[in-house]
Amino acid sequence: MLQVNERTCDFHPGLRLDDLAQRLKPEADVFIVNGFPVPPATELHDGDNCWLIKRGEHISLSEMEHLLYARHTPGVQAKVKDSVIGIMGLGGLGSVVANALARIGVGTLLLADYDVVEPSNLNRQQYFIDQIGLKKTEAMRQNLARVNPYLKVETFDDELTESNIPLIFKHVHVLVECFDGARTKATALRVALTMLPTVGYVGASGLAGYDDNNVIATRKIRTNVYVVGDGEAEAKPGQGLMAPRVGIAAHHQANQVLRILLGLG
Amino acid sequence: MKIIVNGEEKEAQSALSVSEYVTALGFDPETVVVELDGQILNRVDYADRRLTEGCELELIRFIGGG
Repeated sequence: MLQVNERTCDFHPGLRLDDLAQRLKPEADVFIVNGFPVPPATELHDGDNCWLIKRGEHISLSEMEHLLYARHTPGVQAKVKDSVIGIMGLGGLGSVVANALARIGVGTLLLADYDVVEPSNLNRQQYFIDQIGLKKTEAMRQNLARVNPYLKVETFDDELTESNIPLIFKHVHVLVECFDGARTKATALRVALTMLPTVGYVGASGLAGYDDNNVIATRKIRTNVYVVGDGEAEAKPGQGLMAPRVGIAAHHQANQVLRILLGLG
Repeated sequence: MKIIVNGEEKEAQSALSVSEYVTALGFDPETVVVELDGQILNRVDYADRRLTEGCELELIRFIGGG
């Protein structure tokens, strides 16, 4: 049997994708098998998961959710769709981490930031000019809804402290530290290690400037607890925060969240 | 006296507090997470907890930017 655009179809040896398309969706011009785009002449195997897509077509909402993940490695979506992820800080790191996690289809994001979008944020943070002045939690909620309408978003728009972090994030599977200040970062990890022992954790330290890509690393502190960064490049006068390197660190964080969810932490 | 810091043996003046040791390394203690002999210390204990011969210290230092 084959799965074709959510439907089950009979399989016979020698069946090619373009035979299938001719029968089911002749206008298709994008062909995906088991999460990977392939040429139409591809020979199929029993159990393959196939998508026949017409570029630019409008599709039903029920198809949308499956199509969002048609490029994922099979099986990943089932493991992440019920997860709850907390993100502390929605700046250069947090706004990028939130987008990446929305795109892989995590179930719920709990977003925390007390700030509003400012013009100086736009050099690296995933907001738009017409969102200047909006709370970051609200602006990010709007943006994520345009990426993945199936994502649940909860927000907290006050300051995070040593005392409220354990209460707000006690039910998340993984907590991502995306703060700007070094002291706040240290406080958050200390709180997580002492008060949230069953929660996965991915922090960040050292990602300013435009130093070598490859010194940004993901360092394991203990099982399911990681810190990303080069440990050196501080944001300070003369060494700013810029989209490329902050983005590298943020995507290290997002991938580590995924690895923890998949049991690889 | 000898102590172990992040897995490496180091020489330290005896009876230093955690806060004094971290400051002497050039770090703001507020930016450092400290594990002493397997226990994560609360920030308020940095000034009182003293290093002892052979103790094992893990320091995780944070840099600003995000």
